Amino acid sequence: MFTSSDYKKGQPRWCPGCGDHFFLASLHKAMAEIGVAPSQTAVISGIGCSSRLPHYMATYGMNTIHGRAAAIATGCKVANPNLAVWQVSGDGDGLAIGGNHFIHANRRNINLNMILLNNRIYGLTKGQYSPTSPRGFVSKSSPYGTVEDPFRPAELCFGARGHFFARAVATDAPGTIEVLKAAYNHKGASVCEILQNCVIFNNGTHDAVYSKEGRAKNAIYVEHGKPLIFGENREYGIVQKGFGLEIVKIGENGITEKDILVHDAHQEDNTLQLKLAEMEWPVALGVIRDVEAPTYDDCVWSQIEEVKAKKKYHNFAELLETNDIWEVK
Amino acid sequence: MEIKEKESVVVRFSGDSGDGMQLAGNIFSTVSATVGNSISTFPDYPADIRAPQGSLTGVSGFQVHIGAGQVYTPGDLCDVLVAMNAAALKTQYRYAKPDAAIVIDTDSFGPKDLEKAQFKTEDYLGEMGIDPDRVIACPLTTMVKDCLADSGMDAKSVSKCRNMFALGLVCWLFDRDLNVAFNFLREKFAKKPEIAEANIKVIQAGYDYGHNTHSSVANVYRIETKNKVPGRYMDITGNKATAYGFIAAAEKAGLKLYLGSYPITPATDVLHELSKHKSLGVITVQCEDEIAGCASAVGASFAGALAVTSTSGPGICLKSEAMNLAVIMELPLVVLDVQRGGPATGLPTKSEQTDLLQALFGRNGESPMPVVAAASPTDCFEMAFAASKIALEHMTPVILMTDAFVANGSAAFKLPDLKNYPAINPPYVPEELRGSWTPYMRNEEGVRYWAVPGREGFEHILGGLEKDDKTGAISTNPENHDLMTRKRQAKIDAIPVPDLEVLGDKDDAELLIVGFGGTYGHLHAAMDELRSQGHKVALAHFRYINPLPKNTAEVLRKYPKVVVAEQNMGQLAGWLRMKVDGFVPAQYNEVKGQPFKTSELVASFTKLVKS
Repeated sequence: MFTSSDYKKGQPRWCPGCGDHFFLASLHKAMAEIGVAPSQTAVISGIGCSSRLPHYMATYGMNTIHGRAAAIATGCKVANPNLAVWQVSGDGDGLAIGGNHFIHANRRNINLNMILLNNRIYGLTKGQYSPTSPRGFVSKSSPYGTVEDPFRPAELCFGARGHFFARAVATDAPGTIEVLKAAYNHKGASVCEILQNCVIFNNGTHDAVYSKEGRAKNAIYVEHGKPLIFGENREYGIVQKGFGLEIVKIGENGITEKDILVHDAHQEDNTLQLKLAEMEWPVALGVIRDVEAPTYDDCVWSQIEEVKAKKKYHNFAELLETNDIWEVK
Repeated sequence: MEIKEKESVVVRFSGDSGDGMQLAGNIFSTVSATVGNSISTFPDYPADIRAPQGSLTGVSGFQVHIGAGQVYTPGDLCDVLVAMNAAALKTQYRYAKPDAAIVIDTDSFGPKDLEKAQFKTEDYLGEMGIDPDRVIACPLTTMVKDCLADSGMDAKSVSKCRNMFALGLVCWLFDRDLNVAFNFLREKFAKKPEIAEANIKVIQAGYDYGHNTHSSVANVYRIETKNKVPGRYMDITGNKATAYGFIAAAEKAGLKLYLGSYPITPATDVLHELSKHKSLGVITVQCEDEIAGCASAVGASFAGALAVTSTSGPGICLKSEAMNLAVIMELPLVVLDVQRGGPATGLPTKSEQTDLLQALFGRNGESPMPVVAAASPTDCFEMAFAASKIALEHMTPVILMTDAFVANGSAAFKLPDLKNYPAINPPYVPEELRGSWTPYMRNEEGVRYWAVPGREGFEHILGGLEKDDKTGAISTNPENHDLMTRKRQAKIDAIPVPDLEVLGDKDDAELLIVGFGGTYGHLHAAMDELRSQGHKVALAHFRYINPLPKNTAEVLRKYPKVVVAEQNMGQLAGWLRMKVDGFVPAQYNEVKGQPFKTSELVASFTKLVKS
């Protein structure tokens, strides 16, 4: 049995109030609850404020180069599938310079827990817009506002045929821990978008859901098999209407709880899960998609076992004998 | 008919891309090697994706040099040229000796064929100034059709057997035992015996045609075998030998072999080869890009595998950042660069040695990395093994350089016995350091210890940021950075490599020829030729380039004249001048994407010796 202090190391150097502090504490707790030993755990990040995280872990880990965390984690997991591998990236590391590795890790469905700490800004380089900053966003590199649309992480994950997507707010410890545990338990690429505030360069970006009160008003905690109900008094619900989702008030126009859509995270068709993930109000939190599928690392190793059983050569000397050989006397 | 006894003979098979010239050439090489001749081959592929049939750009060639004694190169010019169509004759005749025998398929020299090959008249021989007496002109397509008339095969399948008729004819020219070829085909087409038997029938027909019409041919060649080294052999290309070297090293080290790669000419065959051998536990991941190929290998290395990434020059550009990560994290990694013509996309199917300085210096910061280069197709095995051993025992990425010429070329490979190869012992953290170990503690050779994830009590974080020598924590301390930079350099400088060997007139040469990597055969052949003309010449060929062999300066300063010959603008010469005070060699530089020509080397070196 492990406690969260078994995973803790060092003194984090993030700005006071940074969302990374909250997330780190939740990660330590989640790992203790999951119970995989620190020696069997690898935490691999790229570059950025949030990518400093492995230095505060008492596990194995690497704080690597910008954008490549998912690719490096892929090699680590395939070479040693017994390790629990966590990949930690910010929105720049994961979706800008590392966008290609993000989509391909999802497509391959390699068994990685992929954390995306999304503060919609470049913090380490001191305040440029990121690929998740909204159109028109004013920053040091866009003084007149950006003229480009952002990525929506869920859309990218689903577009890459991702099988797991969950979302939590950094300040919401129980919600974050829940999502991290679900990500670990899901076999395959598990993307967790963590909404996280940058107090210095993008303060307030997630204000609507950053406080407990805000979440009560503006967020919906989705849970597989439960109706999609939210609001301070659980007065709102989500129903399917035509090709889309609609917010309704329970008790009005004859709507009862029975009319409310029941969340299905295990549904292979991601249409409604995507609509849920992309709602601006309420913001969906929790496990939005969690569908079983063969994982890349499992398939690599089972293929090796299959071929071993079929082929007659199992070492270098035997390999040589499979060639056309002649003898010079 | 005259039977010519020859020391060595060069045969070039050429035809349209779809004519199966590579297969015919390969079988002929194997047949020759089986009787104990030494062989050296050079497949010359067209760069076009799919050139129009019969066009000049669609010609594919395969050259093989067979010798009674050792042959070092595929030969400059051929003694026998097989031209399966008009375009092949047009483009390949320049590779034929003035007295070469030329085999053509007259059925492929119709008006349309001649037009595609840009002949102006029907007298194509006259247009090219070829003496008809040297030509074995046969209606090859017609004869193959006749031969397989009762086979029930469709026209397309029949036409695919044309290469075997040419092969049979060449086998007759060289008095070869056809049974070896038959066995080869029966094995290759084990699942389609009817295809094997059709091919065999056509080979026999080609052979019989030669036998029955010998009066039209000027000569038949006989290559006796001398200086045989007894043993068991196989034919191997450089790329395959490289893959085998990695497999052997992983087995010797007791590690899993991991290859992260992205397809790129001319390195892809290494990915192909390793992907086949899952029964040996080899893991190959075809990544989304070159970057991920290298980055995933770094991850696999961290996880405890022998990690390899394979590519060519353009891929090295993309991998350099992750290679540097392995430098600063001090993790083992082998980066294979099968060099091709550059810059940028350059000449993808052609061979150069233009990546040397990129390998040595093409990364940000002080980034020392061992660099080794393979001298021949079979040497690819030795150097892949050596590169893996250096990487694993010295905890560093290593660049293994080959090139398109040695990678695609083949030679007879004496089956190695791993018992005769040195052990590979990675510096795992000794158990007694438990409790006091930090990630950058070094052994007496200055090598960081390796703690592989999964081992309890040795959890640690590595990374791309500079680390404190003592604690392993992130550090920007100026003295520490200076110290770590020096320690990383000293670690590479201390890697033991074999002394530079001097061949030829090592005591009294007037001229020392210096080269590296895939030009070994041509430089050796040039030296032999000069020595046979009575000149005192020696050859020093580098396989270990960083660190340089300890006796480098001594060798380079010993001879009155030195020429560094390389397929670039002087990269090795520059590196040696940087490392050996006062060394100013003559240079022979050629960047044509083609192998050196021994005759041109000899002409140039002769001038140097006489100057």
